[in-house]
Amino acid sequence: MKKYHKLIMLMAALGLMALFIFPMWRITLIAPQYPNGVNMHIWINKIGGDTPSTLQNINILNHYIGMKYIEPETIPELQYFPYIVLSMVALGIVLALRGKATGYLLWTLLLVALCAAGLYDFYLWEYDYGHNLSDTAPIKIPGMVYQPPLFGEQYLLNFLAKSYPHIGGYFVGASILFGSLAFVFKRTEHA
Amino acid sequence: MNQRFEFKHIHTMLLSLIALLLLPACGKLSNAVEENQGGALADNAASQVYVGPGEYDEFYAFMSGGFSGQIGVHGLPSGRLLKIIPVFSVDGEKGYGFNEETKPMLNTSQGFVPWDDAHHPELSQTDGETDGRWIFINGNNTPRIARIDLSTFETAEIIEIPNSGGNHSSPFATENTEYVVAGTRFGVPYPQQDVAISSYEENFKGTLSFISVGEEGEMDVAFQVLLPAFDYDLAHSGKGKSHGWTFFTTYNTEQKTTMLEVAASQNDKDFIAAINWKKAEEYIAQGKFREMPARYAHNVYDEHTHMATSTMKDKVRVLIPSECPGLVYFLPTPKSPHGVDVDPTGEYIVGNGKLSANLTVHSFTKMIDAIERGSFEKEIAGIPVLKFEEVVGGVVEDAGLGPLHTEFDGQGNAYTSFFITSEVVKWKVGSWEVLDKASTFYSIGHLMIPGGDSKKPEGKYLVALNKITKDRYLPTGPELCHSAQLYDISGDKMKLLLDFPTMGEPHYAQGISAAKVLPRVKKFYPIEENKHPYRTLGEKDSRVERSGKDVHIYMTSIRSHFAPDNIEGVKVGDKVYIHLTNLEQDWDVPHGLAVMGANNAELLVMGGQTETLLWEPKEEGVYPFYCTDFCSALHQEMQGYIRVSPRNSDIKLSWRLGEDEEAI
Ligand SMILES: [Cu+2]
Repeated sequence: MKKYHKLIMLMAALGLMALFIFPMWRITLIAPQYPNGVNMHIWINKIGGDTPSTLQNINILNHYIGMKYIEPETIPELQYFPYIVLSMVALGIVLALRGKATGYLLWTLLLVALCAAGLYDFYLWEYDYGHNLSDTAPIKIPGMVYQPPLFGEQYLLNFLAKSYPHIGGYFVGASILFGSLAFVFKRTEHA
Repeated sequence: MNQRFEFKHIHTMLLSLIALLLLPACGKLSNAVEENQGGALADNAASQVYVGPGEYDEFYAFMSGGFSGQIGVHGLPSGRLLKIIPVFSVDGEKGYGFNEETKPMLNTSQGFVPWDDAHHPELSQTDGETDGRWIFINGNNTPRIARIDLSTFETAEIIEIPNSGGNHSSPFATENTEYVVAGTRFGVPYPQQDVAISSYEENFKGTLSFISVGEEGEMDVAFQVLLPAFDYDLAHSGKGKSHGWTFFTTYNTEQKTTMLEVAASQNDKDFIAAINWKKAEEYIAQGKFREMPARYAHNVYDEHTHMATSTMKDKVRVLIPSECPGLVYFLPTPKSPHGVDVDPTGEYIVGNGKLSANLTVHSFTKMIDAIERGSFEKEIAGIPVLKFEEVVGGVVEDAGLGPLHTEFDGQGNAYTSFFITSEVVKWKVGSWEVLDKASTFYSIGHLMIPGGDSKKPEGKYLVALNKITKDRYLPTGPELCHSAQLYDISGDKMKLLLDFPTMGEPHYAQGISAAKVLPRVKKFYPIEENKHPYRTLGEKDSRVERSGKDVHIYMTSIRSHFAPDNIEGVKVGDKVYIHLTNLEQDWDVPHGLAVMGANNAELLVMGGQTETLLWEPKEEGVYPFYCTDFCSALHQEMQGYIRVSPRNSDIKLSWRLGEDEEAI
């Protein structure tokens, strides 16, 4: 088992490719008129939802409270994040071929750091959307902000907002786990 | 001594136990009697029709709207009204026939006809089973057939039937919806012309039309069969072994034109006309038809342009029975038969002789036998008349008075409505014995079992479509809505469950498992598929253009504003076309549009759709317009103004939304 560390590291690296197949995060808005919820999906390179029109419908809802439109084209992260992911995949493959424990460790720590940075960036966007409201919003409630939770559930006016990782996110978690395992297996190989 | 006492004691206890057991059974019995007498709400009837909040009904029921010209969609078993589909009559609620897009749907050879009498809905079938693609319905007064698409529940197509008067025996699909049919109720001069009414037998004819239905549902008058001018009342197509044949009932074989209630009730037997349409196809292929001039409209609504186009057609193919042996046979049937209904196996053809006490059932096998033996009673206009005794398969004796229509439950039972005795009679196909009777309130016309005229009936419920309502609901003055009644037919005895009101006069109805329809139902129209010539695909493209006296407003709606919402430069005498595109891409977010003083209805535009309101302002002023369908928290703010200036004014055309103003 322990000699498979190269393979495990390879899986950790390739697992990140799932970010191009599945959304990494999901924000669900639930209200009586939306019994099944309105699902917004955040991908590594785009923002979408259950249907092609979900984002338009979320923007229509948000405009009543003066939130600015979520326009994926104006979010630079969606442009360059894919390159970072691809670089991490390439780096992971190279390190897997080299088969060094330190390589595995550094890659995994780098991935954790990138995740932390990504989440912080996500938080900043949420803060911006939730706090920077138009002065002419039709519905203004003094002191009310509309920042959805980074992780968890919270009522925002009539909507219950739920924010949790989605399939792509779980793959990133798995990559961190596999990177760590590769490191541990390599270290204990001759023990 | 002791023992004997004990035995006696036990004996007494047993007796009282038996008595206790019998008591509830007796109670049940008296309930059942009460139910049959109409004291409906017995034991669990309420729970059987209860569909909880947020729950779906098990079946769709499509009820013809009769003289409303529309179709009412109800859920079963709750009876709840789900939608009224505008078909043959203008409908201000939806702008149908008022907006520019749907006006062509009501075009005919007589011009725009804003009303009709819709009688018999008929679901499309595949292999003799309802398939949930379309529902057809006939327009009786100005002969037409409409096709409604069950992905949108909107009228998709209307074809006029030439050389017809009173399109009553219609539409009744064949087993794979190869055709829907249209038999004329009135004999009419052929071709239509100015002749004496008394020259009826000489100049009048009756046509039976077969309208082909294509893969996408597109209809075409494939051919007509030219018959004597009897009145053709109802029809049904064969199935299984009788696939390839369609049967039409006739009355007024006396061929009278006045005081028909007496004059047309003299013949002991009228006919069921059996048409071999597969044979007709052979004759058409051999070119044995006559191409006759005709004028009839064909109107098609395009789901992508969101508009209808009307095309006039000018000829029709006609088959003449004397030139086409084997095409038509007459089956003598007592007496002025109304419905003609084919059982699920295709063997039995029920003639519901409405002035007869008995129900005549013909056998398809016997009919084919007699035809092969050439055993005919006589010929009428080259059409062989078969011998009654040689085709009759059975008779249901003394079942009631005034049989109108029969449907089947798929368990070998038939259910016939009796108008005069106001009841449904259940009888056994093959043994012809009466099994059960249930009163209706009042005077049942047609009845409906979901799939009850198909090969695979879903025989759980039966709906009685009653002609007379009287005291069944809170009175609403002299005019009352008609009434339907729902029966549970899953047991041996029919059980009345529910009364519910229906729109207009429901003649016939069709029912289908919701599960067959639901996967096809659309929630909105994808905006990227909108091909309307006056569409506006985003607010940035909203604008106003003038060409002569025509002003075209390219307007959009989205919660909660129109773009543009302030317009100036319109003049008295202009024709203002407001082309409203609803940019919404969500389920159930229509926006409406109404303009003060417009001699028109509102628009009601679904997500992704474009509709056009024509408004011809007559006086100068500033005219408000607003959204009519409560769309959002700020729906009441969804409004705007159009300024109308005198004809000679030099106010320039301008429009705006918010602060962005533009002018030409
Ligand atoms: Cu609105």
